Amino acid sequence: MLWNTLLLALRSIRRNLLRSFLTVLGIVIGVAAVITMVTLGNGATRAVSDQISSMGSNLLLLRPGQRYGEGAPNFKNSDIEAIRNQITSAAAVAPSTNKTVTAVYQSRNWSTSVTGTNNDYFRAGNWELANGRTFTETEERAGRAVCVIGETVRENLFGRQKPVGSEIRIKQFACEVIGVLKAKGQSAMGSDQDDTVVMPLRTVQRRLTGSQDISRLNVSVREGASIDAVKQQLTLLLRERRNIGENENDDFRVLDTRQIAQTLTGTTKILTMLLGAVAAVSLLVGGIGIMNIMLVSVTERTREIGIRLAIGALEREVLLQFLIEAVVLSSLGGLIGIAIATGASIVAAGLMSVPYLFDPGINLLSFLFSAAIGVIFGYFPARRAASLNPIDALRHE
Amino acid sequence: MSNAAVNDDASAGPDALIRLTAITKTYGRGQAAFQALKGINLVVNSGDFVAIMGASGSGKSTAMNILGCLDTPTSGSYEFEGVRVERLTRNQRALLRRNYLGFVFQGFNLLARTTAMENVELPLIYRGEPAAARDAAARAALEQVGLLGWEHHTPSELSGGQQQRVAIARAIVTRPAVLLADEPTGNLDTRTSREIMELICSLNVDHGLTVLMVTHESDIAAHAKRTVHFLDGRVESDQRNGSAS
Repeated sequence: MLWNTLLLALRSIRRNLLRSFLTVLGIVIGVAAVITMVTLGNGATRAVSDQISSMGSNLLLLRPGQRYGEGAPNFKNSDIEAIRNQITSAAAVAPSTNKTVTAVYQSRNWSTSVTGTNNDYFRAGNWELANGRTFTETEERAGRAVCVIGETVRENLFGRQKPVGSEIRIKQFACEVIGVLKAKGQSAMGSDQDDTVVMPLRTVQRRLTGSQDISRLNVSVREGASIDAVKQQLTLLLRERRNIGENENDDFRVLDTRQIAQTLTGTTKILTMLLGAVAAVSLLVGGIGIMNIMLVSVTERTREIGIRLAIGALEREVLLQFLIEAVVLSSLGGLIGIAIATGASIVAAGLMSVPYLFDPGINLLSFLFSAAIGVIFGYFPARRAASLNPIDALRHE
Repeated sequence: MSNAAVNDDASAGPDALIRLTAITKTYGRGQAAFQALKGINLVVNSGDFVAIMGASGSGKSTAMNILGCLDTPTSGSYEFEGVRVERLTRNQRALLRRNYLGFVFQGFNLLARTTAMENVELPLIYRGEPAAARDAAARAALEQVGLLGWEHHTPSELSGGQQQRVAIARAIVTRPAVLLADEPTGNLDTRTSREIMELICSLNVDHGLTVLMVTHESDIAAHAKRTVHFLDGRVESDQRNGSAS
């Protein structure tokens, strides 16, 4: 009985190619959309968390002001020493003060951002050298005109020429390139981390900003030490150094990369869910399309069921045939949808430069959902028709 | 007299193929109830060819649907080869249709977009016949109705007469005991009607197939061996046709 019914079901699919095609299409589009959206969203979440870990882990970021742009005093050179001396769990204390400048080499120029800092900056930020060396103690102390450049700057200024040992001109002074950083790519915020020129703090303060201010401090925490404890110590120390009264609020922030990671991945997760929800609507629309097709053909199908019953089909044989039809069509649609989604996700992930992550859960879920839609809308109208008296089914208008 | 004729046939012996006793059929209930059949008695012996006539609304089609197990009577008894049909379950009635009955409808009722061959094969598939036997039987049935060479045409590619032939082939492919034809020529022109009636007559005469046919045209009914007239849900007359017809 099963074999014969399978034969009847396949014949029926073949006979009604257009109807079958439209049914499958509805499922294909819905399934493909949901899987692609969610897969890309997952890839983006992963990309963001990868970029955050490239900032360096166990990192505490100190910023003046409670909010971005709030007028609060910057940090001082003496703060660096104070942190180094008093907070033993701080492995590296990297100041940074930034200035946007135009760097010139021979006939080329490139607008970039100069960061004044010390050698701790490379350690805290997980930077590695592609070429050359970092600063010597003398260079840092004396504020020599030396710099380590990022890959983007190297490419734009030097092209195929050898950068280490050459001099680039920034504002009115010449600066020797002593090292080139390995490329890191985009930051979590979307800016190009390799578009940078790193100089000793003193050099920048003297020649570019003309002040002793430090706009940021990055403190990396020793392996194994409690980040929360260090955060607390830093807060207490800075409150004291900045003369903040007991009832006053902090006029600085201490962020840790873990927190930033949580915030950002939280954001991309919400976006993924949003995309998934939009795509789920398209799956629903696909389902409604299937429902339409099934309901429009219900008259013809009811008569067909009447004919089958009249020539001696059992009710359960008719139902099994319709069930098989529905299952075959919706699983076919589901499988094609998964195939398309996989292809589209791989291509789109490549274009968006996010990793492609296969998510078995969403594949299974949307497949089951599409199968359920197909079965519900294909099978239940048939069940009603097959329970009629054969003559009523035959005469269905 | 009509009553005499009814009694005559009712006493046709215990081996009657079909015996309807006091069959009624009521549609709707309460105020809106409509009694389509008001107590039908009918006996059909094997090998007979009965034309059921009557105006529309006389209950002839309702009786036909009950005879064909497509519908169930409200009361009364329907014996088919001694089996009380009204006591059968839905599935048992389906098996009765599958194994003993063949249907021909006014509107042909072929599956659309399905070749003649596959339409004729359909009852055999439900009977679980193997593919080779199915194929041979369907081809033989199509040959019997004169449609050899048209096996792979779909209903939309066939004329009305050809479609009805496919329907007849589908009805006889299972070698049923009874062929039930509901206005088989209703949608056909005169010449085609005659051809279809000749085909049905030959099935009755040459192959001994019992035929029950509903029609409202007396010249079509004249092909039958016996004519039963329905009027307002009752059998009005029941007579043997003369050899002249």
